[in-house]
Amino acid sequence: MILTLVETDLEGAATEVSLEAVTFARDLSAAGNGVPVDAVVIGDVSEELRGDLAAYGVRTVHQVGGDDVAAYSGAGWASAILTVREAAGSVVVLAAGTDRGNELMAHVATRAGASMAANVLTFSGLAPFVVTRQVVGGAALEEMNLHQRPAVFTVAGHAVEAKPADVAGAAEVVAHSPTIAPEDLVARVVSTAEPAPDESGALTAAKVVVGAGRGVGGAEKFDDVLELTGLLGGALGVSRVVTSAGWRPHHEQVGQTGSRISPDLYVPCGISGAIQHWAGCSSAKTILAINSDAEAPMVTRATYAVIGDLHEIVPAINAEIRRRGYVG
Amino acid sequence: MASVGVLVCVKRVPDITEEVALTEDGQSVDGRRAGFTMSAHEECAVELAVQVAGGSDGEATVLTIGDADAVEQLRNALAVGCTAATHVVGEPFAFGPADVAREIAAVVRDHESAGRSHDLVLLGNDAADSGDFQVGIRLAYELGRPVVNGASTVAVEDTPEGPVVVAVGEGPEGQETYRMPLPAVVTIREGGVEPRYPSVPGRLKAKKIPIEERQPTAEPAGASRVRMTLPPPTPSAVQILGEGPEAAPAVVDVLEKLGVLTPGKVAP
Ligand SMILES: Cc1cc2nc3c(=O)[nH]c(=O)nc-3n(C[C@H](O)[C@H](O)[C@H](O)COP(=O)(O)OP(=O)(O)OC[C@H]3O[C@@H](n4cnc5c(N)ncnc54)[C@H](O)[C@@H]3O)c2cc1C
Ligand SMILES: Nc1ncnc2c1ncn2[C@@H]1O[C@H](COP(=O)(O)O)[C@@H](O)[C@H]1O
Repeated sequence: MILTLVETDLEGAATEVSLEAVTFARDLSAAGNGVPVDAVVIGDVSEELRGDLAAYGVRTVHQVGGDDVAAYSGAGWASAILTVREAAGSVVVLAAGTDRGNELMAHVATRAGASMAANVLTFSGLAPFVVTRQVVGGAALEEMNLHQRPAVFTVAGHAVEAKPADVAGAAEVVAHSPTIAPEDLVARVVSTAEPAPDESGALTAAKVVVGAGRGVGGAEKFDDVLELTGLLGGALGVSRVVTSAGWRPHHEQVGQTGSRISPDLYVPCGISGAIQHWAGCSSAKTILAINSDAEAPMVTRATYAVIGDLHEIVPAINAEIRRRGYVG
Repeated sequence: MASVGVLVCVKRVPDITEEVALTEDGQSVDGRRAGFTMSAHEECAVELAVQVAGGSDGEATVLTIGDADAVEQLRNALAVGCTAATHVVGEPFAFGPADVAREIAAVVRDHESAGRSHDLVLLGNDAADSGDFQVGIRLAYELGRPVVNGASTVAVEDTPEGPVVVAVGEGPEGQETYRMPLPAVVTIREGGVEPRYPSVPGRLKAKKIPIEERQPTAEPAGASRVRMTLPPPTPSAVQILGEGPEAAPAVVDVLEKLGVLTPGKVAP
């Protein structure tokens, strides 16, 4: 059996990247004579979530509940996932390559005495089981041999497209409420603050992101890009140069050490497109770059570009949007 | 407050911003042209190590497992306030994450039996080159300590029950706080502190601090790496909409086509 960790959002629905991980698990199952794909969910399983997992071909939904997993702890949740694995006997354990997914799979692998491959894109063989994963923030790839069982890995965001199965699964819900050893609960979340409305969640979920880099030129020069952000109903994302200079807060940073975004439209203004920045924005559907340098990597990789001074171009775009009668 | 000994683990990695090059054997990233650095997460971990240790009169020790040149990263950490350094000499790409964790654990145990305790061990959330996302967690199990992953700040508070580590990081539903007793392991993500720049006196002082040099305790098992490759270059397909502000109408045509504009009731 292939066990996939399914993370849920605030509404209790499966996250897009978790459905991608289930899709990856199904591809693996197809290559491996149809071994069943199970899901493990920590927390509640709504009828809607169950329905979605059925559509994605999941055989059994292992629902883990109880006080010991009510608050997050890496070791505690990993211990629960391993309880499910032992009860159901899985040869592969995987998750989406999110912060939580990578953390939990590292715990699971260590406890099970196995390797862990982070941010896998594809697999190329089952015996030996060889996966290709992203390293250097996606600028290079690594083939890795996962010879131990269970094979433990995470799937990089947007490595595969989330697709329902041809044949739905039963998605039978099996409840587990494991007792977690006290030592696994020592490092446990004791409080969670409500995110401020402008904080990172908004950036990662935004359909439109306007980017701002060194080319903006100073903390006091953001009015035009902020106005454009408002007119497009989007979120502002910035480069590391901008956060390091203190022009904008770190939670707005896009990139390898910031947020990974996947908007329909990304409008980077005055951002060169260094690989660490690209690591965070490469899954944008359309990129419209504004840059004075026609040779900048961001420009050559963009769908559309305008060459010139952003402080002339952005106000002209804002004026044109208003002239055509649109409001933000 | 009782003094808190902090160990911070850093890795020498290629300082790449544009083209990645690989070594001929495909076993590592070739940083010879780009130069070398430590990951941004680890720079923040060093800063936090200096703050926590300094705040309690404890020692901040920096550790790396790397080749002879990795002394550069140790000196950089000493220059911004670490007070001791340990160098486990080895080719870093030969070490898998489990090997690295085992070697760090061996250093912690040896130092502890010599009377130097590393109550708090800080690492980066993930190394900038190999990006395994796991050394800190493996280390915690080696040492039998609790671990918080991906915190952006960490502090040690004195309480009647003894010192408590408070680690804060960004979770999927907002900012999360952990509190746990020492000894502990915390992996750090960039964003909570600003790493300081080394001063000239800092650099001079760093030169005088002796670096403890050690050999690995065991032959590394490796990273199960078959080889590294570069993704095929994607040919540029950019459509240039124009130059300067005159391009604005063409831009707004594209925005209309993409359907990202909201029609307003009131004309401008
Ligand atoms: C370990 C590590 C992690 C990193 N993580 C991240 C990360 O998460 N996110 C990130 O962004 N970076 C990250 N970086 C930094 C990254 O390598 C680059 O330094 C950074 O992305 C560059 O930011 P920038 O594009 O704003 O600046 P620059 O590279 O300086 O580019 C500025 C661009 O603006 C253009 N420009 C200048 N003036 C104008 C103008 N008036 N109008 C229009 N265009 C103009 C220039 O042509 C240029 O292309 C990381 C680096 C390392 C080593
Ligand atoms: N060779 C090394 N020497 C010292 N610390 C390391 C080494 N490799 C990894 N680390 C630490 O472990 C963290 C996570 O690395 P990784 O699990 O490989 O992504 C890094 O950010 C470093 O703090």
